[in-house]
Amino acid sequence: MLRCRVIPCLDVADGRVVKGTRFVNLVDEGDPAELAERYAAEGADELVFLDITAAPERRGTLLDIVERTARRAFIPLTVGGGVRTVADMRDVLRAGADKVSLNTAAVADPTLISRCAAQFGRQAVVVAIDARRRPARDATDPPSWEVVVKGGRESTGLDVIAWTDRAVDLGAGELLVTSIDRDGTGHGFDTELLRAITSRVRVPVIASGGAAGPADFVSAIVDGGADAVLAASIFHRRIHAIADVKAAMAAAGLPVRPVPEAVA
Amino acid sequence: MSAVPRIAVVDYGAGNLVSIAQALTSIGAEVDFVRDGQALAGSDAVVVPGVGAAGPAMERLRQQGLSDPLRAWLAADRPFLGICLGLQLLFDSSEEDGAMMLGTLAGTATRLVDAPTLPHIGWNQVIRRRPHPVFDGIEDGADFYFVHSYAAAPQPGPDDEIVLADTTHGGTFVSAVARGALLGVQFHPERSGSDGLRLLGNFVDLVRAA
Repeated sequence: MLRCRVIPCLDVADGRVVKGTRFVNLVDEGDPAELAERYAAEGADELVFLDITAAPERRGTLLDIVERTARRAFIPLTVGGGVRTVADMRDVLRAGADKVSLNTAAVADPTLISRCAAQFGRQAVVVAIDARRRPARDATDPPSWEVVVKGGRESTGLDVIAWTDRAVDLGAGELLVTSIDRDGTGHGFDTELLRAITSRVRVPVIASGGAAGPADFVSAIVDGGADAVLAASIFHRRIHAIADVKAAMAAAGLPVRPVPEAVA
Repeated sequence: MSAVPRIAVVDYGAGNLVSIAQALTSIGAEVDFVRDGQALAGSDAVVVPGVGAAGPAMERLRQQGLSDPLRAWLAADRPFLGICLGLQLLFDSSEEDGAMMLGTLAGTATRLVDAPTLPHIGWNQVIRRRPHPVFDGIEDGADFYFVHSYAAAPQPGPDDEIVLADTTHGGTFVSAVARGALLGVQFHPERSGSDGLRLLGNFVDLVRAA
């Protein structure tokens, strides 16, 4: 049976892992390759590496760090941030990524998704969707979310559900869904947002944004229907160990991969 | 053969080669990236990693002049490991892109049946049908990392004996095959932590003994 995945996220700015609230007030959390090795040893099922300050001149640094990270952690690595072309995706895969996450560039040109999927297979194409809840006009209004880009700084007017359907049609093999409202707040995942997406699509969905404790991870899967759960600061700061999160998931009857014995 | 086996990792234009090269190097092999057929000659073993979609992958193998040398290598029963798409390429054809493949093993690559999620991404259990030294020291049912939508479907009949292990995601599919010196795995040992490294180490030991 397929295991529910626990995924530490490395947000990288200028070669260092950072974390802030709602993509601002960044705090240094360490070296990406060192953290990757630590998480692999502690039982992480996969790693996501996002270059949150991606810009063309940083491309060289990014590829160098991806390669250093890939060499030290023998678990899968998804890399996002600044991938704008099929050639960019090839470079990132060749540097040691197993999957590439597309976000802003895919919103600007959705055919990027289909072109990347045709070349590398849809299983290598993750579409990251940053969602912001729209204010309800009245109590009977069903919830809805808007796609935001550039780390939540820019609205697109796109409806999250419509964009989800389009991205999957074009060849997204996995969705990384971040609630911008919850990101960094510790208020738990937006399970309504997750359920609205997982009830429609067959591709795996990674829940992101808002994890505070092990119970939130369980809820993202049980209530939100997510296949994988992602968090950053609670792992970086050792607020919760991956083993604790997996123990809570196992206690809730969810299939998890056992953590290595040295850690458990 | 030498104590340090030379392993040719076939580079057909896309995908992550860093992980497999790093893994093989860390367990004592010497790795050469191979981009054409002549380069296979001095190698003790060939690894075809899993990259991309079946159609473009076969097209690149042909363009680089690798498909016939690979067929000859396999026909001579020399040590070989196919990973993910590298396993599927051994069969006659694939439903993906309608691609014609190497045809060393009888059968096709088909889309996963009854899968609750597709692609099948994550850690799943590899259940053995029969013992094989490549799994030495690894528990039956150990988790390995998968990322794929298609899997090999060997032609029913005598060739069924090539199947080494199965995995279930909705339906059950073939997750490892072996015939002579040929090995193929649908999962990614280079991304499957310590059990993955152990499997690659066992493969290198088999190459040393060949």
